[in-house]
Amino acid sequence: MMTEIFESVKALGEGFAATFKHLLRKPITEEYPEYKRPLPERSRARIVLTCDPDGKERCVACYLCSSVCPVSCISMQSAENTDGRRYAKWFRINLGRCIYCGLCEEACPTSAIQLTPDFENSRLDILNLVFEKQDLLVDNCGKDRAYNFYKHAGIKTDSFDKGTRDFETEPVNVKSNLP
Amino acid sequence: MITWIAGLIVLLIKMALVLGVLLFLAAYLVWAERKLLGRLQVRLGPNRAGIFGLLQPIADSIKMLCKEDIVPEAADKIIFLLAPAVVATTALLMFAVVPFGPEITLMGKQVPLVISDINVGLLFVFAMASLGVYGMALGGWASNSKFALLGGIRGAAQMISYELALGLSLVPVVMLAQSFSLVDIVNAQADYPFIIVQPIAFVIFVISSMAESKRIPFDLPEAENELGAGFHTEYSGMRFGLFFIGEYVHMQVFGALIAVFFLGGWRGPFLPPPVWLLIKIIIAALVMIWIRGTLPRLRYDQLMEMGWKILIPASLINIIITGAVILI
Ligand code: SF4
Ligand code: SF4
Repeated sequence: MMTEIFESVKALGEGFAATFKHLLRKPITEEYPEYKRPLPERSRARIVLTCDPDGKERCVACYLCSSVCPVSCISMQSAENTDGRRYAKWFRINLGRCIYCGLCEEACPTSAIQLTPDFENSRLDILNLVFEKQDLLVDNCGKDRAYNFYKHAGIKTDSFDKGTRDFETEPVNVKSNLP
Repeated sequence: MITWIAGLIVLLIKMALVLGVLLFLAAYLVWAERKLLGRLQVRLGPNRAGIFGLLQPIADSIKMLCKEDIVPEAADKIIFLLAPAVVATTALLMFAVVPFGPEITLMGKQVPLVISDINVGLLFVFAMASLGVYGMALGGWASNSKFALLGGIRGAAQMISYELALGLSLVPVVMLAQSFSLVDIVNAQADYPFIIVQPIAFVIFVISSMAESKRIPFDLPEAENELGAGFHTEYSGMRFGLFFIGEYVHMQVFGALIAVFFLGGWRGPFLPPPVWLLIKIIIAALVMIWIRGTLPRLRYDQLMEMGWKILIPASLINIIITGAVILI
């Protein structure tokens, strides 16, 4: 009985001592608008459309991001350039609905759509959260600095014909059965 | 007639002063509590409104005044509207019997520094304390919400676990002071504060008065993780504010009562009496905040068990021993 009382009083005392010690410590609070902690490169916030190392739009309007998006907040219209590259005529993301899951980034075959650490995107009017293509486009490569889809795709454009790149073999004539 | 009017004016001034100080202190206790809890948790606490967040209470009250005052469709309207006032008023009224200084002479007249020295002051305090719980239980019931109802019921259960220990813990004090009047109790401590001879009663009183003012770890009626906000779930705007003010006035009142019953009330060297009382109140409040920052909330049954199995027997034994010592 006595030891029990002693134990519980000791436990209480330890608890109070612990909180009291914290009173004397310097707060570890980071004050937000004054101090903005640099976020890791891979943190997921505002979505951008990046360009390839040649400075051309990466997005080929394949609709993969749009179809994988769990809240269906991406929509676009595809079109084709004279040089044979596909692009998005318009591209729209409703960031008011986006849950920043990053699935669109995962799905994108061209590394075009990327999530950036810039999270300060609140708007007074919710309609301003609908980002059009010009709001989304940036002139850099984002996280993926080297990848150029058209250098690997085996698609005929102005710069490359099929099978002309040094890691490619000549295309097979599927209409014939000769090796 | 003239003296009667003068007396009335003095009384009104005293009331206005006490009320003003109580409400002002309640507002800044909220600030102090948030600040201190912040520091206990190694963070900053409010610091946006004014330097050190000192304007926070003002910002909070403006916000609460501007918020919509919602009365739920199915609530018992009149009782719902009255309950917060009951809590806040009873808390304020309790201070009416707390002496904050000795008699002073003002223009050749004796002015006692207490709003009303009634000879059953202690009973008045208990009556008001239980009425405060009544307001809370009514508020919980009138909201017609299950969470609020449960909160109210818990409040009532808490009252029957603690009111008894609260009352019994003060019996030795009354035996020592030979009076129920708070003024006499303070006067009886002219030589030494009662905490020296009644440490057990002091501990029991502190624990039960914390339960009475629904402070953590005894905030079962508003347990946010299981009951939403408990008895004030359905309240909004200034009505919620009244509950809130009630709690902080309660804190001060119990700080004052702890001072009056055990720490010698307004007695102290050098400083003027009301300042001493204020210091004691603030120290009691700071300790309460410290306790809040340390202990987790008790469970319903633990609370009743503690009340009935530990505090009440302990205070009964304390009474018997005190009685025996006084007789010898
Ligand atoms: S981050 Fe997720 S929710 Fe947002 S656009 Fe991409 S897929 Fe949709
Ligand atoms: S998945 Fe990538 S390439 Fe395809 S439409 Fe979306 S952003 Fe464009």
